Amino acid sequence: MLRLDKLTKQYKTGDLALKDIVLEIPDGQVMALIGPSGAGKSTLIRCVNRLVEPTSGKISLNDLELTTLSQGQLRKARRRMGMIFQEYALVERLTVMENVLSGRLGYVGFWRSYFRKFPQSDIDEAFRLLERVGLDHMANKRADELSGGQRQRVGICRALIQNPELLLVDEPTASLDPKTSRQIMRLIRELCHERKLSAIINIHDVLLAQMFSERIVGLQLGEIVYDGPPDGMSPDVLTQIYGEEDWEATIEKVDDEDEAENVDVSASADAEPS
Amino acid sequence: MADNRTWKRPPFIKNPTLRWGIAIGGAIYLSIAMGTMDVNWSRVAAGLPRAERFIMSFFPPDFVSRAGDIADGIYESLWMTVVSTVIGIGLSIPVGLGAARNLSPRPVYLFSRGVLAISRTFPEIIIALFAVKIFSFGPFAGIIALSIGTIGFYGKLLAEDIEDMDPVQAEAVKATGSSWFQWLNYAVQPQVMPRMIGLAMYRFDINFRESAVVGIVGAGGIGATLLTSFDRYEFDSSAAILLIIIVIVMAVEYSSGFIRKWVQ
Repeated sequence: MLRLDKLTKQYKTGDLALKDIVLEIPDGQVMALIGPSGAGKSTLIRCVNRLVEPTSGKISLNDLELTTLSQGQLRKARRRMGMIFQEYALVERLTVMENVLSGRLGYVGFWRSYFRKFPQSDIDEAFRLLERVGLDHMANKRADELSGGQRQRVGICRALIQNPELLLVDEPTASLDPKTSRQIMRLIRELCHERKLSAIINIHDVLLAQMFSERIVGLQLGEIVYDGPPDGMSPDVLTQIYGEEDWEATIEKVDDEDEAENVDVSASADAEPS
Repeated sequence: MADNRTWKRPPFIKNPTLRWGIAIGGAIYLSIAMGTMDVNWSRVAAGLPRAERFIMSFFPPDFVSRAGDIADGIYESLWMTVVSTVIGIGLSIPVGLGAARNLSPRPVYLFSRGVLAISRTFPEIIIALFAVKIFSFGPFAGIIALSIGTIGFYGKLLAEDIEDMDPVQAEAVKATGSSWFQWLNYAVQPQVMPRMIGLAMYRFDINFRESAVVGIVGAGGIGATLLTSFDRYEFDSSAAILLIIIVIVMAVEYSSGFIRKWVQ
């Protein structure tokens, strides 16, 4: 269980990115965080693993208070939180395997990692994960040789090999085509269910959020303005999150695609508005 | 109304007085500077035939008479180059890491930038003069001079390359719970390596050429041999030395291009 208590982040420029956020994510829940650009979605998940230092408030992961950890303790805590990035964030000149194994850096010593002598169990797990996402034959390719969807799947393997309790997912589909976006989101959801992982998924595609999450939290200007089930999204709610716009079409489309999605992915990809 | 609107690219300096002032002031200064140069044309005329004789005395280059001295000088220059490049790059890595703003805390950053600024202020030949005074004549003084020069060059470029790296890749590795050194090895090093290998080759090339220069102030290497041949008026041997330097520099240049392509 991840618990945020009155989490506030104010940047040096004076911008208040998060205002007293109170949020609880039970184990195994996949939560989508939606909101317009600049709403504070990225800041929120980066505060959890402290890539961004929160200004005030508490964050606890299974009763471990994260905001007061020392650097050494923080490293240990980061192992428990896998992160998946927008634009994949693979180290491009390393091989696929090195990228996946970099998820184990928190567990092995410097010289082992320097000589790429990871324990056999890590190698086995890396191959298992790559096989699971269909990329085990790519292990020795350099990361920049892969397509966008393949790179994101490697990014997912890197996060999962940490053996995390929580996934922090930042705009996983931002640079992917509609079909690949669905495949990646489905993969993340399946893997979360397989491993009983909870996840926070930042996403600004409302359709994808509704299709693949169990709970939606809407963020606007650093405050939570919606917290509820995916089918609770109404034009009023969307207006509240994003501002005035004709939302009817968006919502209707969701119903259509939700059914199509259960039958066949590729079919629904064609229905995606460009 | 909407027709006939003219458009001109806005001038770089908006204020017209300032713009023309700078242009006219610059022209006046340049003409005065030219005037002060004070060329003595009769001496130039007298010098021209001398220049012809001087240049002709370089031909044909004589590789043979002083072959032993030349070979010793070249070997000395080459090992001075190798040693000073290795030492210089070795020392510039910590300095370069310290001088990268996105890596280092403020005091370390300022200190490292200070080290780089000092080593870049003095050209190799000045450092060589000091080193010769301190350690007396010989290649050791040259190695010190070239190593210090390498720190300034390589450290600065390393720091700048690190500052230009993709921060997201670095963030992703940090998020796995890696230690600082693991993070360097997995996130920073792969990003800067190809360029740094190319620059190492380039610096090797510079150090070889500089080894000829520092030799002139007594810091060892082919420069000493070159100076001796000049002092003895053996210009044909000097020509041979210069040709060998050109060939070696070209060989390094060619192989560095090849290596750079290969490590991309």
